[in-house]
Amino acid sequence: MLRDRAALCWTAGLIALALIAPFVLYPVFLMQALCWALFACAFDLLLGYVGLLSFGHAAFFGGAAYITAYTVKAWGLPPELGILAGVAVAAAMGAVFGWLAIRRQGIYFAMITLAFAQMVYFFAVEAPFTGGEDGIQAVPRGHLLGLISLNHPLTMYYFVLAMFLIGFGIIARAIDSPFGQVLKAIRENEPRAISLGYRVDQYKILAFVLSAALAGLAGSTKALVFQFAALSDVDWPTSGDVVLMTLIGGVGTSLGPVLGAFIIMAMENYLAQTGSWVTIIEGIIFVLCVLTFRRGIVGVIGPYLTFRRSPAETPGTTPTNAETSLAPPA
Amino acid sequence: MFSFLHVAMPPLPLFLAQLLVGLINGGFYAILSLGLAIIFGLLNIINFAHGALYMLGAFCAWFLLSWLGISYWAALLIAPVAVGLVGMAIERLFLRRIARLDHLYGLLLTFGLALVIDGVFRQLYGSSGMPYSIPAELQGATDLGFMFLPNYRAWVIVASFAVCAVTWFVIERTRIGALLRAATENPELVRAFGINVPRLVTLTYGAGAALAAFAGVLAAPIYQVSPLMGVNIITVVFAVVVIGGMGSILGAVISGFALGVIEGMTKVFWPEASTTVIFVIMALVLLVKPAGLFGRAG
Repeated sequence: MLRDRAALCWTAGLIALALIAPFVLYPVFLMQALCWALFACAFDLLLGYVGLLSFGHAAFFGGAAYITAYTVKAWGLPPELGILAGVAVAAAMGAVFGWLAIRRQGIYFAMITLAFAQMVYFFAVEAPFTGGEDGIQAVPRGHLLGLISLNHPLTMYYFVLAMFLIGFGIIARAIDSPFGQVLKAIRENEPRAISLGYRVDQYKILAFVLSAALAGLAGSTKALVFQFAALSDVDWPTSGDVVLMTLIGGVGTSLGPVLGAFIIMAMENYLAQTGSWVTIIEGIIFVLCVLTFRRGIVGVIGPYLTFRRSPAETPGTTPTNAETSLAPPA
Repeated sequence: MFSFLHVAMPPLPLFLAQLLVGLINGGFYAILSLGLAIIFGLLNIINFAHGALYMLGAFCAWFLLSWLGISYWAALLIAPVAVGLVGMAIERLFLRRIARLDHLYGLLLTFGLALVIDGVFRQLYGSSGMPYSIPAELQGATDLGFMFLPNYRAWVIVASFAVCAVTWFVIERTRIGALLRAATENPELVRAFGINVPRLVTLTYGAGAALAAFAGVLAAPIYQVSPLMGVNIITVVFAVVVIGGMGSILGAVISGFALGVIEGMTKVFWPEASTTVIFVIMALVLLVKPAGLFGRAG
């Protein structure tokens, strides 16, 4: 109960912060970071709660960005329908890739998802509607529901914030539901979940589709914010970025990926002029996180932020599982 | 009518040229997936840095030639040894520390290392490639009657086959190979017999790195020496590994060459699909035989 109150306070405080943020910080940066934060949360739904490491989430993020950019620009769809189209395609791709990829586990799962994402990348290079190297540029933001123009930065910001909160809410609800409990059971002990009668594969596919759809929501929103979709959205560094954001923020901690997204986006913006140094520094952070900081920022400080610590959350008493396995204890 | 025929049956030289390119790429796939399979067998990690090590091999050859004037033939020996030493250092400094953790951490760590290596070389040399000329002994082409076979390309195919055969021989027919296979099956038991397994692990990772570098040197005169060459090939090699399964040495070699040829043939008949065909085959194999064509279940 106390824990719920703490969570409520934190949520209310963060939303208030998000509402006033565009008056203090550059709105375009905030929108970019929110899109990536949603992307990272969607990714963490798989890694943190099912224990599946997908190295190909750029396919859903960038694929949805292309669909939204194309339908809005070429067909003149309003933004909400453009986003729906992007999310639908991402979910459909997630269903197919997930159905195939869950046939293997662990390292193979990561390799298979990466390979499928590269297939989508090469498809985007060749397909006529994606504009090849140029991508789809000058995508109109249009009018939300035919009424509200999204061209003003503040209006767009609150639209992006709403998209983020919807996506984040869906993830939080899914994790808290009986469905989420089964996912955690699969993560902890898959054979036992099977022996208890759960259709593990169906749960995994459903989680994969949900994750892909929300990654698509992030990509579609991003396409409207920046008014373009490009090859870099579907390329493997995008998949790597989202893994890094989740790792640095804390795997399986709902706010960790959000924090990680803001950190990495701030760093990429700050170092944008320095050429490949961004890549080098990201690689170093990857190595350091894996060697010394596997629980991530929220994973380490999170337990201190509740009003009263329950024994399971007190630092130092966490099961050894947290140190050896990618996913944290429930 | 003529153009229809042209599409239906491409001219023989084009067909053979793409077959050749397919065999060459297949050779690189085979050597790289062989290294991945050996490393995976003992360390249980997928070496994401394999593409970066392949690139390092090519750059090593380029440094040796343009800075020290050392020839291709010497580079073919020196580069694998140098990159093998780099690999051993990576294993000792990084991978050993996380050996007891979830194997996915190994993937993430080597991914980070690949980013660092790729980033450093891109910062220094940009994204464009640097030419590496074919050694004088292998310049020119041989007239086979029905086509001109560039000598260097023939050499690459022969060398790829040879290095795969030597690797197979070392693993299946020598004492060190027997130790390696035993340690792959049960490291604790092998350790109990007084074998220094940690050293074997270091040597194995070094050998895998050396194989990647060897492929890199072979590739240098064909493709330009570029910081991007590693990332371009590694995702395809991952798909090859999923298709073949990592259970057997022979499986890695056969699937590497076969998929290279299939990719080359696709370039003849349906060029647009040539970049995706291997991934489509991977999807089909996952449907029919999830463990891979040569893999063991589980």
